[in-house]
Amino acid sequence: MKTKELCDKLGWELAFGCGDNEISGGIYCGDLLSIVMSRAPVGCLWVTIMGNVNAMAVASLTECACVVLAEGVSMDDETRAGAEKGDITVLRTDMPIFEASLAAARALGLA
Amino acid sequence: MSENTLHYHFVVSGDDFTQAGTASSAVKKTLKQLGFDPRIVRKMAISLYEGEINMVIHGGGGEIDVFIDAEQIAAVLTDHGPGIPDIDLAMQEGWSTASEQVRGLGFGAGMGLPNMKKYADELLIDSEVGKGTTVRLTVFLSGK
Repeated sequence: MKTKELCDKLGWELAFGCGDNEISGGIYCGDLLSIVMSRAPVGCLWVTIMGNVNAMAVASLTECACVVLAEGVSMDDETRAGAEKGDITVLRTDMPIFEASLAAARALGLA
Repeated sequence: MSENTLHYHFVVSGDDFTQAGTASSAVKKTLKQLGFDPRIVRKMAISLYEGEINMVIHGGGGEIDVFIDAEQIAAVLTDHGPGIPDIDLAMQEGWSTASEQVRGLGFGAGMGLPNMKKYADELLIDSEVGKGTTVRLTVFLSGK
């Protein structure tokens, strides 16, 4: 499923990017960037509350399908510039991390 | 350095987290353009990013030189920061001396050096307290 399709299905906000990436690496949750760097699978949906510019760099380097900012976390200009630079799709939801991940897992047929 | 070696040089600013990762991203882009196996690109990009972040957090910035030839990709990261008093301790997962401010940005999980060791095929650290640290990361194209 493409990230845009998932976003529409769950009523989330497409905060940045085109949403064309295919979600092929499952779902990964985490906020500590070095742990995410080490363990997030390529093509995953990364759910986090870490909405800073460094998270965008990590998203780019790990090649996740998209970042989901949970808990209503918003992007500042720096983060937006980082997302643009790394060609990152960012989704936003007010849901807590667990609920967002569960909803995504159900929509993707993983739970 | 042979004539068949590509060399890239980067200057890393200390304490500038908005620019942290610039060198790693540039190297990743270059390696992709050169047609390297995505697994090789990921290994180098992640280990180099961790090293770059360490330079920003602990080393007060520094310089990165990346060398690419037919057998390997090597990155040499040099800073003139405080140095690492106990490298074995610093290599332990979870050990961190990062400040609360840095932790608030999502860093300081004590995974930087362990990740560098995990993703690079070879990690060499030369550090002297009060003088600085030089880290050499190598990814072998043959998979070692």
